[in-house]
Amino acid sequence: MRTYEVMFIVRPELLEEDVDKLIATMQGHATTAGATVLSTEKMGKRRLAYDVNKCSDGQYVLFVVSGDGKAIHELERRMRVAEQVLKFITVRTDEEQQRLDKVRKIRAAHTKRPPAEAAAPAAPAATENPVASA
Amino acid sequence: MADDNQEVSTPAPRPYSSRPDRPDRPERGPGGPREGGGGRKFFRRKKVCKFCVEKIDDINYKDVRMLQQFVAEKGKIVPRRLTGVCTPHQRRLTSAIKRARNIALLPFAAR
Repeated sequence: MRTYEVMFIVRPELLEEDVDKLIATMQGHATTAGATVLSTEKMGKRRLAYDVNKCSDGQYVLFVVSGDGKAIHELERRMRVAEQVLKFITVRTDEEQQRLDKVRKIRAAHTKRPPAEAAAPAAPAATENPVASA
Repeated sequence: MADDNQEVSTPAPRPYSSRPDRPDRPERGPGGPREGGGGRKFFRRKKVCKFCVEKIDDINYKDVRMLQQFVAEKGKIVPRRLTGVCTPHQRRLTSAIKRARNIALLPFAAR
């Protein structure tokens, strides 16, 4: 199962409950197609960098979806048909996440080893001094 | 006379690399004179890659504020010889900027 991030822009003039209804519809489409929506995030209204379908603002919504390619293809098709969705972009994130996890693990291993080695010689040195002075 | 011979033979050795940015034989070659475009002969200074120094792994297309530092006023992507970014990070940065442009977070061409 692959993980994807789907970000889409909704028309700005829609009300809060209409946006929620649209999000629920999209989630339903994803589930019917065989994908699971891991998280949803409404990123709020933003000014667009250029006009899309004659709108200069839009509401951004982010889905994190887990599924296979066919399910995502189906979800994209539904988004293309929905006239309230202005633009969408799908990014595959599982490979990038794997790479980031690997890098973080290597970095954690690097930072954990030197402090451990520094602590061991420091501890016996600290205990020796009071014994010598006494 | 003996003194003249000694003066001619060996000149005093030059101090080694007093100017580190101008090697005797440029193996890497100062990138400056070829692409500097004008009278600039040497590297200005060694620019470091911001992502390598701050150890930022994740160059995300959603992070508009960070991406905007690498985009010129007209919306063009700034070349890495000006920003000092290293090649793998510049490639990731470019794809992040292009994704952000597609989702209208950054403009394709601004005023």
